[in-house]
Amino acid sequence: MKIRFWGVRGSIASPGPHTARYGGNTTCIELRSDAGELIIFDAGTGIFPLAQSLLKQMPISASIFITHTHWDHIQGLPFFTPLYIPGNKAKIHGAYDFVSGSGIEQVMNVQLQYSYFPVREAELRANIEYQTLAIGEAVSVGDATVRSTLLNHPVTNFGYRVECNGKSMFFSGDHEPWTNIYTAEDADYDEYQAMIDARQAELDAFLQGVDVLVMDCSYTTAEYPSKVGWGHGTFDNSLELAYRVGAKQLICTHHEPTRSDDELERVFADMLTRVPANGPEVLLAREGMEIEW
Amino acid sequence: MSPEVEKKLGAAVERMPAFPKSVQRVLELTRNINCLPRELVGVIEKDPVMTVKILKVINSAAFALPNKMTSINQSVVYLGLNTVKNMALSFAAVGILPRTNAAGFDVQKYLMHSLTVASIARALANHQVVGDVDPGDCYIAGLLHDFGKVVFAQFMPEEFKTALLYCQEQGVPLHVAEAAVIGADHTVVGSMLAERWQFPPALVACIRNHHQEAGQDAMGDCLRMADQICRYRQFGDAGNPYRAGESTVAPQRFGQDLEAVIASLGDLDKFVAEAQSFAQVEAA
Repeated sequence: MKIRFWGVRGSIASPGPHTARYGGNTTCIELRSDAGELIIFDAGTGIFPLAQSLLKQMPISASIFITHTHWDHIQGLPFFTPLYIPGNKAKIHGAYDFVSGSGIEQVMNVQLQYSYFPVREAELRANIEYQTLAIGEAVSVGDATVRSTLLNHPVTNFGYRVECNGKSMFFSGDHEPWTNIYTAEDADYDEYQAMIDARQAELDAFLQGVDVLVMDCSYTTAEYPSKVGWGHGTFDNSLELAYRVGAKQLICTHHEPTRSDDELERVFADMLTRVPANGPEVLLAREGMEIEW
Repeated sequence: MSPEVEKKLGAAVERMPAFPKSVQRVLELTRNINCLPRELVGVIEKDPVMTVKILKVINSAAFALPNKMTSINQSVVYLGLNTVKNMALSFAAVGILPRTNAAGFDVQKYLMHSLTVASIARALANHQVVGDVDPGDCYIAGLLHDFGKVVFAQFMPEEFKTALLYCQEQGVPLHVAEAAVIGADHTVVGSMLAERWQFPPALVACIRNHHQEAGQDAMGDCLRMADQICRYRQFGDAGNPYRAGESTVAPQRFGQDLEAVIASLGDLDKFVAEAQSFAQVEAA
């Protein structure tokens, strides 16, 4: 199994001299199974350079899994050029949006509106299918299996775990660990805490023993208090999670768009001092980084 | 409107139940983007009817949750505050409908009409008149625009029955029939009720003016267009069928071509399905 990062930035694409080393594109991860099946996680702006790399390999068959439909995870989709070329196949998977009441099939439609994009959905010539997944639903992609789990973000967000011949990886999309909405003196505090603990235990069980854990690490612990409820995690709570579930590797991604490369390395180095001796190997996601195992 | 009619309407409005405090609070709280999650949960939980409705929808097949949700808190843990907040908002104001009336006015079809108008008005505000209007307000306007008919059906059933018939037989809009038979139409009594419930003035005015062509703001246009689309496509029924050759409302905002406006909204089934999921919970 092999993964390659094509976009590691959160919220908005952030090109420029201060982000040149780690990259300014928003989320996109390419995964290749042992048998070479193409699985793509999210379609941020990073999917455009990925598309260009695929042009030499056409026709292609891509299984795209969208963690959630916020812009930074879908805005590259209309620029995924294989979608315009007959002979290619793409299957787009994602969650049901509880609030709008629609499935993932709306992900292209909402972007290809006359005033906002010059191409109509009808002009996508590849064979495109949509599959709205239920919570916990598993999909087979050749020799790999991808299973969804519901995480915590202001819109329905699925994390995905991939299994392939005993190897595994997980990508969170955007996730903030559950927090108690009550304070300790409120009557409901204990009950709510018990429910959060149960949710966390479910997620821990889902992630148990994963080889490569790719997590939303937008903030530092110091930054987090002013970002509660925004739906993003921190370096340290991702590290704790990776340690609890026995992950071999933790890869920190969804870099804050205003964080320069120097600053990113500084906060990362600070976090590394807290990695336990028997803890996971921890890496900072970088555009172009590949991991094979 | 004659003084007698005014008095009669006033008495009917007086007899309508108060707008539930909890619903009012939900509307207030959700206007503030920084409202504390625990406050919102507190308000919802104090209203057993709203709580049951939210849980019913969350536990419905469409959501396919692996566990059954048994409390609002648990729903917030699972689905997040945003989702629960939006549901509470959708239920706001729907729950006070009387189930039956002596006028033979089909409350279930009325509810489908109101809910579909609400969803489409919100979509129009979201996609067509971006920035001019709050989509949430348009939803509420859609939900409540015909509430005056409920007052008629409940407290002036004989007159309202006659008006419904008059509308059918004479082929005139229902509000014209109401004015002829009752002496005032549902926009008058609906806005009186909205005033008594202390709704924001813009919403009261929107209900009051929704059958007038002139002087509409963006909210009024979205509401009237959504209403026309629902009558044209027969989504629900509030006693006022679409008449062939009806001129398109708000042409200066949406153009003359009703079919084109409908096409711009994409597949309308999603609006109907959303309305259905709420209407079914009400009926259960």
